[in-house]
Amino acid sequence: MMKRDECFRILARHVTDEIVVASYSSAAEWNELNPRALNFFSVGAMGLASSHGLGFALGRPDKRVIVLDGDGSLLMNLGSLVTIAAAAPENLVHCVCHNGTYEANGMHPIANPNVDFAAHARAAGYAEAYDFTDLASFEQQIGHVLAQRGPVFATLRVERSKPLTYDYPLLYAADKRKALKAALTAR
Amino acid sequence: MDAPAPAAVGSTQGDLHGSAIIAAIKASGIEYILSVPDIVTSAGLLRPISRDADLRLIRVCKEDECVGIAAALSYCDKRALVLIQYTGFLDSINAIRGVGVEYKQPICMMIGLLGHEPERLPTQSGRYGVRIIEPILDAMGIPHDLISQDADVAKIKPAIDKAYAQSLPVAMLIGRRPLPPG
Repeated sequence: MMKRDECFRILARHVTDEIVVASYSSAAEWNELNPRALNFFSVGAMGLASSHGLGFALGRPDKRVIVLDGDGSLLMNLGSLVTIAAAAPENLVHCVCHNGTYEANGMHPIANPNVDFAAHARAAGYAEAYDFTDLASFEQQIGHVLAQRGPVFATLRVERSKPLTYDYPLLYAADKRKALKAALTAR
Repeated sequence: MDAPAPAAVGSTQGDLHGSAIIAAIKASGIEYILSVPDIVTSAGLLRPISRDADLRLIRVCKEDECVGIAAALSYCDKRALVLIQYTGFLDSINAIRGVGVEYKQPICMMIGLLGHEPERLPTQSGRYGVRIIEPILDAMGIPHDLISQDADVAKIKPAIDKAYAQSLPVAMLIGRRPLPPG
């Protein structure tokens, strides 16, 4: 099991001009560690991070898109695995932070904390699917994962690093959205 | 929950050609069609769209996926049309509420009114699910147009242009089965 913040710190070292889509607890933690214009925080309607990721990947095929989904969020939109696999965006890397709980909603367990998301993604038709349980393997392989032709899936088996503050209006502030659009439409 | 048949109204009579709707969609700058099949629009819209090289069809598993995809495409200056049945609209209301209305994203929806009687207004339909659609859209503050005959097709481009200009959702209700091309 990895601490999510340690995992994200390693990921951040590999992120340059990618679009990063993050949901709920992943959004709060990623925004703390790596605030940048090319972050998009999928909050306000749970489950849509993967669909937003697909939209960005289709809209900007020249850019890599990294989705930091939550396990509870992805369970609300499992069909998106099939949609993404069929659309087959080569520039999409879809990660799910699997901690087995609805962390932002009181730490209640998801319906089955042992669900195998990578197996779901593989069965749906993702080009590659990985499952990381320890930080050393993640650090060694994340560069390779991000370089694969997508859609690529990775389960990150994490635990909460610390209690988070969920400031949703901040995460989805109008100025953040304007900055993202400006960064994506600048010619 | 079907209601007794109300009096018919004459404002929704006439043919509706799918080819005219598709031409209006293209004229609106739409590049992506995001859809779950609907028998109302199946033959007249979705099937010809699936063969149209100018439009990219993304077949989704559940209608609320369309909301996230369309919103993200709009950040990239790409226009999308969500083509679904009213049941899928009802199933997607939280996504439309959150992303479309509260976060002010241009989600353009073309919604087939399954079971609607074209000679009536939707609010007078004998079908409960159809009757509640316009009141729900009104409650959410989402502008909507009824597309029931060819004369209504002229409403499509202005509605889509306005949605993208003002970054707000819009609904176009398909009140009769569009005729397939040919």
